[in-house]
Amino acid sequence: MKTSPDQTEVFIVRTGSANLASVVAALTRLGMAPRVTEDPDVVLDAPAVVLPGVGAFGAAMTHLRRHGLDEAIRGRVRNNRSLLAICLGMQVLCESSEESPGVGGLGVIPTPVCRFSRSLRVPHMGWNRLLPPDGSSLVQPERMYFAHSFRLENVPGDWKVTTTEYGGMFASAVERGTLLACQFHPELSGNEGRALIGRWLSRAMERNVMPC
Amino acid sequence: MLTRRIIPCLDVRDGRVVKGVRFQGLRDAGDPTELAAKYEAEGADEVTLLDISATPQERATATDTVASVRRVLGIPLTVGGGVRRADDAARLLDAGADKVGLNTAAVLRPELLSECAERFGSQCIVVAIDAARGFGDPHRWEVRVRSGAERTPVDAVAWAARAEAMGAGEVLLTSWDRDGTRSGYDLSLTRAVASAVRIPVIASGGAAKPEDILAAFEAGADAVLAASIFHTGEFTVADVKGFLSGNGVEVRT
Repeated sequence: MKTSPDQTEVFIVRTGSANLASVVAALTRLGMAPRVTEDPDVVLDAPAVVLPGVGAFGAAMTHLRRHGLDEAIRGRVRNNRSLLAICLGMQVLCESSEESPGVGGLGVIPTPVCRFSRSLRVPHMGWNRLLPPDGSSLVQPERMYFAHSFRLENVPGDWKVTTTEYGGMFASAVERGTLLACQFHPELSGNEGRALIGRWLSRAMERNVMPC
Repeated sequence: MLTRRIIPCLDVRDGRVVKGVRFQGLRDAGDPTELAAKYEAEGADEVTLLDISATPQERATATDTVASVRRVLGIPLTVGGGVRRADDAARLLDAGADKVGLNTAAVLRPELLSECAERFGSQCIVVAIDAARGFGDPHRWEVRVRSGAERTPVDAVAWAARAEAMGAGEVLLTSWDRDGTRSGYDLSLTRAVASAVRIPVIASGGAAKPEDILAAFEAGADAVLAASIFHTGEFTVADVKGFLSGNGVEVRT
């Protein structure tokens, strides 16, 4: 490994066009020293990794593949290493997106990403309520900030799926172990978002000291 | 349910928040970082920072201001003012903006919107439109550019629709006639633009009291921008939200 991350470090995957300042600022306010990386070895093994993303699905996938980050992220998920995927970061974990037809996603979440109905005001922009499933310890029934035009409709049953209503229900967050993928932006969701990132981080750090 | 948004606006010049009438007669209204943090604590849904620098030196300061606001602000930050090319937008996004407002440069060269939308995504491209009543018709508005100083023959409602087609993800609609006058939002302008586009519309210009904000939402605005109503301390964001909530408007409290 080119870098040897210590237990308290959190790495942010550079996804190309994404603006990372808000994620960096949010983690810094939580007392972390976030570092931005494009190194697949770090992404595979670091104790805590955030996959942010704004911009287009196709461009983000091209960037991830070019740097070998697609395999690193898949490997990380296979090894049950913690991951926080945000907005487009959640979408690239899926199989495909109507935003960029013909481009394959990472296939971690076995579902396609579809555009909201043309009858709605899109982007879905602003604060909306989360309806977490029973037994979700990370996601709480709170309002979070969204800014997106595409969303996950159905997610298979082995994921804990949080839903939100906008012209019908969509998957606003999915969880499995220390993998948390959010369609909303916890880094822009004030105190509630800050607390959610804090819960994910504590769980991520807990897992690193336990054999799993 | 998606809530209606209240967005305090910081007009920033040379590192300070200022406020004037129709972009003239500017008075000091405080420190941008302190005000942004205060508005977040009061329950603001986003903060917008408009860079009204007059010189390149002031413009460089504005980038530092964006970075220092970002460090403290845990809600979305939109930055507008002086964006002439996609690289200017990139500079503001790198400094910590979540969305970038494009105004004059987009009117002069609409392709700038598609260039920015392709590079950064529509959800972070806001078309900022300064609209003034014009064409000798009470139901038409002309687009003003260069901080409202210059008239154009462009119809504001048609421009909003074109900007949407070019990739804008949101409209920041400022009534030049009402801005700073404290006489309420231009509701017919808000209504006309909100029904012409399918992207969110932020009403701006003229708010003096919570009733004005309620009226803008009833006219179809998805969000409202307001500056002096909050800067003067007359009303807090929480006061406004309490009033809206009591009148059946869904807000984040």
